Amino acid sequence: MSALTKMTLKAAVDGLAKGEFTSVELTKAHIEAVEAARGLNAYILETPEKALDMAAKSDARRALGDAGPLEGAPLGVKDLFCTEGVRTTACSKILENFVPTYESTVTSQLWRDGAVMLGKLNLDQFAMGSSNETSYFGPVTNPWRAQGSNKALTPGGSSGGSAAAVAADLCLGATATDTGGSIRQPAAFTGTVGIKPTYGRCSRWGVVAFASSLDQAGPIAKTVEDAALLLTSMSGHDPKDSTSLDIPVPDFTQFVGKSVKGLKIGIPKEYRVDNMPAEIEKLWADGIAWLKEAGCEIVDISLPHTKYALPAYYIVAPAEASSNLARYDGMRYGLREEGTNLTEIYENTRASGFGDEVKRRILIGTYVLSAGYYDAYYLKALKVRRRIAEDFDNAWTKCDAILTPTAPSAAFGLGENSNDPIAANTPSRPP
Amino acid sequence: MAIDAATVRKVARLARIAEPEERIEALANELNGIMTWIEQLAEVDTEGCEPLTSVVAADDVVTMGGDPARVTSNAPKSVGNFFVVPKVVE
Repeated sequence: MSALTKMTLKAAVDGLAKGEFTSVELTKAHIEAVEAARGLNAYILETPEKALDMAAKSDARRALGDAGPLEGAPLGVKDLFCTEGVRTTACSKILENFVPTYESTVTSQLWRDGAVMLGKLNLDQFAMGSSNETSYFGPVTNPWRAQGSNKALTPGGSSGGSAAAVAADLCLGATATDTGGSIRQPAAFTGTVGIKPTYGRCSRWGVVAFASSLDQAGPIAKTVEDAALLLTSMSGHDPKDSTSLDIPVPDFTQFVGKSVKGLKIGIPKEYRVDNMPAEIEKLWADGIAWLKEAGCEIVDISLPHTKYALPAYYIVAPAEASSNLARYDGMRYGLREEGTNLTEIYENTRASGFGDEVKRRILIGTYVLSAGYYDAYYLKALKVRRRIAEDFDNAWTKCDAILTPTAPSAAFGLGENSNDPIAANTPSRPP
Repeated sequence: MAIDAATVRKVARLARIAEPEERIEALANELNGIMTWIEQLAEVDTEGCEPLTSVVAADDVVTMGGDPARVTSNAPKSVGNFFVVPKVVE
């Protein structure tokens, strides 16, 4: 294990700028670390040749005085981002052999800024899951263990590969996506930093779609500053995504380290759920105490529709997924199975190409959108979503930020939360 | 609003997913559990509430195209930049 992989992204970028090491050296150290940690199953595709080629070109650019903000830094890419000429599967069988002929906007911006790609990272199939166990390529193992136990734990999901790779020093940072918690929960489970940015900040173009009105890309990183560095590169208006925000992108690193004195921090009473583990309760109390010490004012707030967020999500996300995943019909790309007529080919292709969790969500989505149920379910859920948004609008009149636990538990054991549709209804499951 | 086996068969057909007969009952139970739990949304007063669809939207314009070889490069079957699909008209 090399000291080069232990560094933060910021320290690595600074070290490269000072000429303390080259991108090729830094990249080689990471390639070796990735090979040594294959047991975690974080990477489902390693691209060492491409990485070394990108690193050599980065070193050449730097020699010419043309270094970008992420120049020479090796990163991992969640396998939901299309990468030109590099297989992109969404960890599904139906896209097992899909090789995009285009690059997602978010990753293209990372390469524009000088970053190097180490490979593609594991995830829950089509980002549907919160333990990385729905991946067609098998689950990821969290590099952490609970105190006094050697039990294999989940890194969370859906961005489980991204979170595990960052936590295990298998990259300096990673791309991830979040629809219903898929950045935040795995970051919490692995002691890394993740941010789901404001919807529209990062272009969705070239990201395999799950639920378009909720999907948003963001980074998973070792530190807040690293996350700010990555987010600055990943953000920006993109005419190819009609929901992309056309507003200036600040240099997010400029906000790091500033005082929080005088900020009002809201504590929502509805997040005090029954049976919350004492360790989560303590972390939350510690956070409140730290912010008080730093000069924040703590205010009690109420988000009364909190309990309806998950059932609303369970209509909106599958409904959008059933529409988005209709494109996988075996005709234009992806798997095609045989059948005696066109409908049978569709049905066999989709039955064989999608995993059980993906099929379950497509069926729920199809059901809630079907004739006679649209108003009762889908429209109702969209109205409840408005009520939930209003809760936050009200909260922002009383506070500047909200402090909550990210997940109601710490990382659980592999196999403890899989394929149980009722467990699917508990708050630790849905991303 | 119980989801029975017939409903699962119909929804699977609409979704173009072949579900084997032995999976139908189990799926009906799973979907019933989820939909029953979702019923709690009925408690929320949404009278006069505008549905929240999407927060932002810009004009939907074509930004690229004219490259059929790339478009068909991942096709299970293609000939001369055309997708080859099963015969659908006798």
